[in-house]
Amino acid sequence: MYLAPALVVLGGLLVYPIYQLGLISFFQYTQAQVSGGEPTTFKGFGNYSELFSDSQFWQVLLSTVLFAGACVVSTLAVGCALAVLLTRVRALPRLVLMLAALGAWATPAVTGSTVWLLLFDPDFGPVNRILGLGDHSWTYGRLSAFFLVLLEVVWCSFPFVMVTVYAGIRAVPSEVLEAAALDGASQWRIWRSVLTPMLRPILTVVTIQSVIWDFKVFTQIYVMTNGGGIAGQNLVLNVYAYQQAFASSKYSLGSAIGVVMLLMLLAVTLVYLRLLRRQGEEL
Amino acid sequence: MSLLRGLGGFVRRPRRPWRLAAEASALLIAVVVAFPLYWMVLSAFKPAGEIESSEPRPWTLAPSLDSFRRVFGQQEFGRYFVNSLVVAGSVVIVSALIAFLAATAVTRFRFRFRTTLLIMFLVAQMVPVEALTIPLFFTMRGLGLLNTLGSLILPQIAFSLPFAIWMLRGFVKAVPDALEEAAYIDGASRSRFLWQILFPLVFPGLVATSVFSFISAWNDFLFAKSFIISDTSQSTLPMALLVFYKPDDPDWGGVMAASTVMTIPVLVFFVLVQRRLVSGLGGAVKD
Repeated sequence: MYLAPALVVLGGLLVYPIYQLGLISFFQYTQAQVSGGEPTTFKGFGNYSELFSDSQFWQVLLSTVLFAGACVVSTLAVGCALAVLLTRVRALPRLVLMLAALGAWATPAVTGSTVWLLLFDPDFGPVNRILGLGDHSWTYGRLSAFFLVLLEVVWCSFPFVMVTVYAGIRAVPSEVLEAAALDGASQWRIWRSVLTPMLRPILTVVTIQSVIWDFKVFTQIYVMTNGGGIAGQNLVLNVYAYQQAFASSKYSLGSAIGVVMLLMLLAVTLVYLRLLRRQGEEL
Repeated sequence: MSLLRGLGGFVRRPRRPWRLAAEASALLIAVVVAFPLYWMVLSAFKPAGEIESSEPRPWTLAPSLDSFRRVFGQQEFGRYFVNSLVVAGSVVIVSALIAFLAATAVTRFRFRFRTTLLIMFLVAQMVPVEALTIPLFFTMRGLGLLNTLGSLILPQIAFSLPFAIWMLRGFVKAVPDALEEAAYIDGASRSRFLWQILFPLVFPGLVATSVFSFISAWNDFLFAKSFIISDTSQSTLPMALLVFYKPDDPDWGGVMAASTVMTIPVLVFFVLVQRRLVSGLGGAVKD
């Protein structure tokens, strides 16, 4: 009974679109079909074979994985390091850092993207002045554009990791730490043998969430590299699918890319579920 | 907070110079993290000539409201603001209520397919929203919702639900079963228990989850871009902001002023729920 509203909403707006997505990906579906000018024709795996034989798709796939991986690793490293730092300082610096992080967290993706662009603007940005880079353009080169987006992504997503991990450390009962200290464990030892295992569930959660979020980065790439960079050099799968569908009206090809993404994230989910199960957690 | 002091005490307090170094670096990092926001507000107040100068200064001696005037002078900016508030507000309230009911169901009752359902909620979180824009576009067109705020609200509710349910589960679980039994023994009806006992108890959790749905709804750019195609009176803030941002010649003052206006409500929301958020996240992950 209580579940009914949730199931209706999810069924109608999540499950059904996924089904449609799959369906569209097997058909020929372009502007002509949308406007009803031509009948839709079944293409089978035609869209997929077109996709897989396209070298740009493989390039985009590779950069998506590498970019998401770099984002996840940097976000986790920064977030965890700062969470530990938070436990080492008194209340005032802790509050200041917490507030700054909440500010970054609260910043909408569109806003954050434009602000970082201004900061790194070749003509008017302060960063190039401070680093003495003249009018070096960050969005021109492929790697430096990705790097700039990475900085923005880490900036707005590390606070979640920091706050969660910090909350996790705080939740460790002090008796446990006291006992370990009385038993003569060194600080390092306490970190490694007591805190890390106790924090493992939390670390799993933040890792998986980061993977999901960073794999799907859309707004930042779209805004900061102006829709995928020069000649599409900064495309990631998400933006690529969007461009194929709405800019080139190749809805079926876009859907096929969507299906590929869906399957990849599904694989990540399965890994997550196995991890949960191995930790003996009951669902 | 007291626990933290405990941590420091029991796990040998770091020696003084170390603690000072840690505090200094914490403050320094805070400055770096806050800098983009500072620069955003600063640029919004700078007079036009100063933003587009090749010698950017981290202060301004002649703050002006010109950029803000330009933003609010833009056709119907206030309307976009209200639209965004309506979308985010309805998403937060509706998805919190639905998620509360669903989380109660999956933690309090045993039924067939419960585990399957939970796994489905988890999997649903992984669904890339953007990939579904294409079928959703056709669904919204079929429902006649294109160019209405409904086309933004409905999918946002759907996408924020799985995460909300997943997170709330921990909070509902943390309420002891004995409490429920006691309530029934005292003659409380099921709905009375649900709304007058359970609801207030998991409220902190609801707040923590609503942060996520609020942000994703407030930030949404893709749906607005794809579903609001011709009727600009139904546009939301992210779209309005990009009016000022033309890649070749951005009006930086306007962009930054609009950004500031757009960020403030989220910041207010965050400051309001800040304390509950930290305990909320802690509770959710502890399970």
